[in-house]
Amino acid sequence: MNSPLQSTVVAERRHSAPGESTAATNVLVVGVGGQGVIMISKVIALLCQQHRLQVKQSEVHGMAKRGGVVFSHVRFGEQVYSPTIPAGEADVVLALEWAEGLRWLKYLNPETGTFIVDTQQIVPPFACRNRKPGGLPGYDQLTVDQIRTRLPGILALDASGAATELGNPKAANTVLLGALSTALEFPAEGWQELIAGAVPARTVEINRQAFNMGREWALHPPTEAPRLDKSPPPASVQTLERSVHLEITDAWCKGCDICVKTCPERCLVLNAHQVVEITDPGACTGCRMCEWLCPDFAIRLHSSIPEPE
Amino acid sequence: MEPNHSNQAVAPVLNSVPGQSDGAQSSPETLALMGNDAIARGAWEAGVQVAAAYPGTPSTEILEAIARYPADDIQAQWSPNEKVACDVAIGASFGGVRALVAMKHVGLNVASDSLMSQTYIGVNGGLVLAVCDDPGMHSSQNEQDTRLVGRFAQVPVLEPADAQEALDFTRLAFDLSEQFDSPVILRSTTRLSHCRSLAKVGQRREKESLGFRDDPVKNVMLPGHARQRHPKLLEREGSVQDYLRNSDLIRWETGDTSVGVITLGPAYSYVKEVLPEVSVLKLGMSFPLAEETVRAFCDSVERVIVVEELEPFIEHELHALGIEAQGKAFFPRVGEFSPEVVRDGFRAAGILPGPVLMLDTTELDIEPLVRPPVLCAGCPHITTYMAMRALDARVSGDIGCYTLAAVEPLKAIDTCVSMGSSIGVAIGLAKAGTETKPIVATIGDSTFLHAGIPPLIDAVYNQADITVLLLDNQTIAMTGGQDHPGTGVTLRGDKTHRIDFEELIRSLGVTWLKTVDSYDVGALYQACRDAIEHRGVSVVISNRPCVLDPVKIKGPAFQVQAEGCTACQTCMNLGCPALTWSEARYEGRCKITIDQALCMGCTLCVQICPSDCIQTVAPEAR
Repeated sequence: MNSPLQSTVVAERRHSAPGESTAATNVLVVGVGGQGVIMISKVIALLCQQHRLQVKQSEVHGMAKRGGVVFSHVRFGEQVYSPTIPAGEADVVLALEWAEGLRWLKYLNPETGTFIVDTQQIVPPFACRNRKPGGLPGYDQLTVDQIRTRLPGILALDASGAATELGNPKAANTVLLGALSTALEFPAEGWQELIAGAVPARTVEINRQAFNMGREWALHPPTEAPRLDKSPPPASVQTLERSVHLEITDAWCKGCDICVKTCPERCLVLNAHQVVEITDPGACTGCRMCEWLCPDFAIRLHSSIPEPE
Repeated sequence: MEPNHSNQAVAPVLNSVPGQSDGAQSSPETLALMGNDAIARGAWEAGVQVAAAYPGTPSTEILEAIARYPADDIQAQWSPNEKVACDVAIGASFGGVRALVAMKHVGLNVASDSLMSQTYIGVNGGLVLAVCDDPGMHSSQNEQDTRLVGRFAQVPVLEPADAQEALDFTRLAFDLSEQFDSPVILRSTTRLSHCRSLAKVGQRREKESLGFRDDPVKNVMLPGHARQRHPKLLEREGSVQDYLRNSDLIRWETGDTSVGVITLGPAYSYVKEVLPEVSVLKLGMSFPLAEETVRAFCDSVERVIVVEELEPFIEHELHALGIEAQGKAFFPRVGEFSPEVVRDGFRAAGILPGPVLMLDTTELDIEPLVRPPVLCAGCPHITTYMAMRALDARVSGDIGCYTLAAVEPLKAIDTCVSMGSSIGVAIGLAKAGTETKPIVATIGDSTFLHAGIPPLIDAVYNQADITVLLLDNQTIAMTGGQDHPGTGVTLRGDKTHRIDFEELIRSLGVTWLKTVDSYDVGALYQACRDAIEHRGVSVVISNRPCVLDPVKIKGPAFQVQAEGCTACQTCMNLGCPALTWSEARYEGRCKITIDQALCMGCTLCVQICPSDCIQTVAPEAR
């Protein structure tokens, strides 16, 4: 069980043969800015083009580089109209990040769709706002097993871990392409050729291995669910009762402003008498910065949380 | 998989179709083109000789793609703003060559002063404005509908639906411009500009230059001349309508006659997707309306539905003609369309039955993660806005990446209106006399050159007590790192004169000016503080190159010494994406960890960490 590629059981999956019917095949690639979503969708589009299929690929630029949500629709077949996939009609949702996969799950065809997802978790600064003791990141705590109750065919794999083990974390999306290649009926060699042409020469070999790894894994997936890379803190931390109170000795404060500028929660101000005052006691997390930095010992924090040694 | 060099490296691979370029058949080549690439290709094939633009999502790639064609074919350039770009194209048209100007929808507001007069003048060489709307505001401050400007200016508006049409219509637009003596607007939207589909391409047809035509009544808009030109505009509208009677631009697809759908642009593809059987009238030109064909179509069907993004433009035209038609009763007037939106609209209209099957995840209670775009790790804008917040300034912001500092954790921008408006707004705030906080305008280097110079002149002229913070990151970052007069490099990558901001600003009469390094937290705070204390106009230039463009900057990464971290969260106030929570806790709060792959070594967190526990990674561990 040392292989990072541990997964769930694969249920029935639809193999969409190119050109089999007039309905378009829909692949939705999702992830976070900078992960290579657009790159993956370009490879798929090029493969379709080589097979003389109509293909439309749609994406949104502009915010993509700035760590925001990135998605790319790829549709191919004999006749393709809309450049975007209607919700509920994606044959494959390929997610490069766990929470992004969950976000776009509603696009998946509930009966025949394949959900391929990297279990790596990218927690943005925005999700790190609950700074109170015991606070949890604003990141979904759902597990692979919970999703599997609704979606038995979920293909959840630690592609990033696998790629890191191969020696290049950036090959994670090639691992995912390997898994994707089992859900679309293009020959494996065609994928390999295209990927080799799209990556720097020195990484061709590592990408070939990454592709084979993903493909093998999807064809013969292990039966255990992979661990998501962040675990919730122990219950003892979550239930931490907090009560903090700032005691300010007005007579000792000379209005030097140090605590006001340092307070990470920005809840201290100087009042009209140039004496520090707490504006929002509820925002105070008890971090003790003001207490420690005050040159005049004018601030004391009373906390129910014992100070660690 | 890591792309070789950049995204663009794949494009040529994708664009060449193996097996089609060789072989004996001389069939036209088919390429997978993004809408913007197709517009560029169409312009090149039409024999365009001058093209200009100011970057703006989703239109930026048009000029970038044009610049990949030989310089001998097309003079391509970035201009400081859309009005200048439009005037350059107008000048080229006067000179008798075909010219294209590209911009986003709000850029047309800047250029419209010229357009409104040029429509009276008409053209000599063909003149086309490629204008990209942004329904849904993926990267814009409003979602205005350019068709209304088309009607306002009384110029024809072409509406391609996919890459093939973007190419064909662009080529046609130049012919129409010359045929009807009018500028022509080619309207795209984000979903066309940034969607890749197959298109058959042709070859360039060189247009022989006509040379300047000496005709003052036509070329010089004096009141007396303009009075003679205005009636010609109305005649022109009629001539275009006559042309549309027998034009492929209006496509009638006969189907089930119980419902007839009139649609245009990308909305057409959604209609065909969800309702393939009905009769469709696809309009390739939204203004002027192909009145005769539209009437005939409406007479042939029992019920008329108009499916158009944004404003009820066609719907109102139909109502004005006395045709009974429905549209915005079922389809939204705001936001971008999608197959789902169009499907819901037809369902509301009673044309499509029941709901669609979707994965039932209600029991799972998936809460979508809030993941807004953020300033990059090492972004030089981070410190400037930390300083603004610490100094408790009233900040009028401007358009650029730095607008992202308007939200937590930086939350240091109070207003943002339009390109270059920050300085004027700051002057107004100062003149209102109600503000107790120091007033600071923050503006990027390119935005300053776009529309920030006249308001700075105003500030000096009218002696406003404001501070201007010029965020010089030496590129147009938001649109993907384009050059501008402050970088000293042209669109085609040639070296040229580089604007010296200090010299420029002093020449406007600013006497208090200081340039600081954006990464020097202490120096930047001090400079901002001194500037605010100065009575009158003060300017601080905070200077550091963008970490992404023109080159991706990466230095040695830093790491948090976990034992020393007291989880105070001071560094988390930077909003740096390389900083995140670790599983370790101190007094119940999460300690911080640094993503080694993202950290580019800017040292901002190192400078502000009260526990001094952020350090370089030991060389052997790197």
